[in-house]
Amino acid sequence: MRVTAAIAVNVFRESVRDKVLYNLVLFALLLTAASYLIGQLTAGQDVKIIKDLGLSATSFFGLFIAIFIGIGLVSKEVERRSIYSLLAKPIRREQLILGKYGGLTLTLAVNVSVMAAAIYVVLAYMAWATPPNLRATWDAPALDPRLLEAVLLVFVELMLVTAVALFFSTFSSPLLSAAFTLAFYVVGHFSADLRNFQQVVDSPAAARVARGLYWVLPNLAQFDIKADVVHGVHVPAGYVAIAIGYATVYIAMLLAIAMLVFSRRDFK
Amino acid sequence: MYAIATDELSKDYHVGFWRKRPYRALDRLSIQVEAGEVYGFLGPNGAGKTTTLKLLMQLVYPSSGRAEILGRPLGDLDAKRRLGYLPENPYFYDYLTAEELLRYFAELFGIRGADARARASRLLDQVGIGAERRLQLRKFSKGMLQRVGIAQALVNEPELVVLDEPMSGLDPLGRRDVRTLILALRDRGCTVFFSSHVLSDAEALCNRVAIVAKGRLVTTGRLTDMLALRARGWELVIAGANDALVATLGSRVRRVTRISEGRYTLELPLDPPPEALLADLTAGGAHLAALNPIRETLEDLFVDAVTSPDVLNARRGLEDPAGAR
Repeated sequence: MRVTAAIAVNVFRESVRDKVLYNLVLFALLLTAASYLIGQLTAGQDVKIIKDLGLSATSFFGLFIAIFIGIGLVSKEVERRSIYSLLAKPIRREQLILGKYGGLTLTLAVNVSVMAAAIYVVLAYMAWATPPNLRATWDAPALDPRLLEAVLLVFVELMLVTAVALFFSTFSSPLLSAAFTLAFYVVGHFSADLRNFQQVVDSPAAARVARGLYWVLPNLAQFDIKADVVHGVHVPAGYVAIAIGYATVYIAMLLAIAMLVFSRRDFK
Repeated sequence: MYAIATDELSKDYHVGFWRKRPYRALDRLSIQVEAGEVYGFLGPNGAGKTTTLKLLMQLVYPSSGRAEILGRPLGDLDAKRRLGYLPENPYFYDYLTAEELLRYFAELFGIRGADARARASRLLDQVGIGAERRLQLRKFSKGMLQRVGIAQALVNEPELVVLDEPMSGLDPLGRRDVRTLILALRDRGCTVFFSSHVLSDAEALCNRVAIVAKGRLVTTGRLTDMLALRARGWELVIAGANDALVATLGSRVRRVTRISEGRYTLELPLDPPPEALLADLTAGGAHLAALNPIRETLEDLFVDAVTSPDVLNARRGLEDPAGAR
C-alpha cells in the first residue's frame, strides 16, 4: 500500500509539474467568457447553458487528461527506460500499475473538483446578478446540489477511460493506445445502438457481432446525466449507485488484465 | 552463498514481423559472483551483457536456466531490498529534482522523512552533484544523469550493486570518482558486479572477470591469475653494448630499442628462456640492467577471447538455439 501510494503521489507530482493543471486556467477563462457572452444574448436560459457548458467542459478537459496522460503512464516509462530503475526496487509490477492508476485518478479528482467549484462560483454570480422574478422561472436553482451527481458520474466515467488508456498503454505504443482509447470512448457512447443493431441490419451475423461488442465494451452513455440535471429532472440515487458499481467492476477487470499483461512483459 | 549465481541462463528474443525467428541473446551462462568481490562482466557491444543484467533484475524473463541473487530466486522482494541497480544510460523523471528522485526511491524501500532527506543529500554529495540537488532532472547532462543513477542505486545501502556500464557518459574526473566509489563500496563489504567494455576500468577494479562474446561466456577467472599465466615474452635492458653486438642476436630478439649510448631494450620471445642469450651478451661485454616478463594486458586477453574461432563461428549456432545444443 505504501509503495503504491508513493508511486501514485509521484504521478500526481509529475502531472502537476508537467503543467497538466494549466487546463484549469483555460477552463476558468472559457467559463467566464461564456457566462458574459450568454448573459448578453439570452434571458432566463443562461443558467442552463452555463450548467450544460460547465459540465460538458469538465467532461471534455477530463477526457483529454485521462487519455493523453493515461496512455503515457506506462509506455513513457518504458520508452524512456525510467522503468528499469523503478522495477529494480522492491516493488511488484502490479503495484506499479495500481500506483500509476491511483496517481492519475488523483490528478483527475483535483481537476474535476476545481472545475466543479468554478462552475458553482459562476452560477452563484449569475444567481446574485439575476432579479428574483426571473430566477423564479428557472427549472432548478442555480446552486443546485444535484449538479454534484453529474460531476460525480463525469469523474467515474473518466476513471473508466483512464483504466482503458492504462490497459492499452501496458502493451501498445502511445499513438495506438490513444486511438484505441478514443475509439473505446466513442463506441462506448453509442453502445445502445449496438444492442439494437438487428433492427437496422439484415445480417444475423453482424447483429451477433454488434451484440457481442455491446457486452464487451463499456456503456458510457449511462454516466451522462448532464441533460437531466440541467433541466432539474430528478436522478434517483439508485441509478447513480448502479452506474458507480458498474464502473467499479469494469475498472477492476481492466486493471486485472493490464496487470497480467504487464507482469509478463519483457523490457528489451 | 553467492551474491549472484547463474546456471545455464539463456534468453531468446523473437525477431521478425510475420515470421518470428528466435535470436539467442544469451546462451547458457553460468557464473558465480562471491560476496564482497568486485566482479567485471566484460564483452564487446552486443555480447549479451545488458541482457544478463536485465535478466538478473527481472526486466526480461529467462527462456531457460535459472539464477539466484543473494541466495534468493530472481524477483524476490527481500533480495531486491538488498540490492542496487544502475541501468545503462539511465533516464529518470523530467520534472523531479535529483533530491526528490532519491527521496521517492528511498520511500519505495520504506525509508522516509529525515532519514530519506539525509541519505539523498549524502549520496548526491558523494557522486559530486550536491550543488544541483534542487535542479529538475530534465536540465541534467548525460554525465550528471549517470551520477544520479549511481546515487539512486545506493539509496538503500545495498549489499550488492549491479552497475551496467557505470563509466558511460562520464568525463575523466567522473570516471575517477566512480572508481573510488566502487573501491569504497568494496571496502565496506558490498559486492559490486559491473558490466563494461572499457578494460582499463576492469583492470583497475576487479578481483575477477567474466568475458562474454556473442551471447556466450568465453572465459572467467581471477584477473591476476588470468594475466600472470599469459606472459608473452621478456623485456631485457642491457648496458655497455653496441650496435654490432646487438646485430649478432638476429632473430633471437623480437624487437630492439636503443635507449641511449650503449643502453638497449630487447624484447625476447617467451621461449627459449633468456639465460643463453644473456650469457652471449655478457660474453660480448654487455651487462644486465633489468629483466622483466612481458605480461599480457587485459586488452590482449580480451581481443584473443572475443576473436577466437569458436566465438566467431558461434553466431550461426546462436541464431538457431536448437542447433546450438
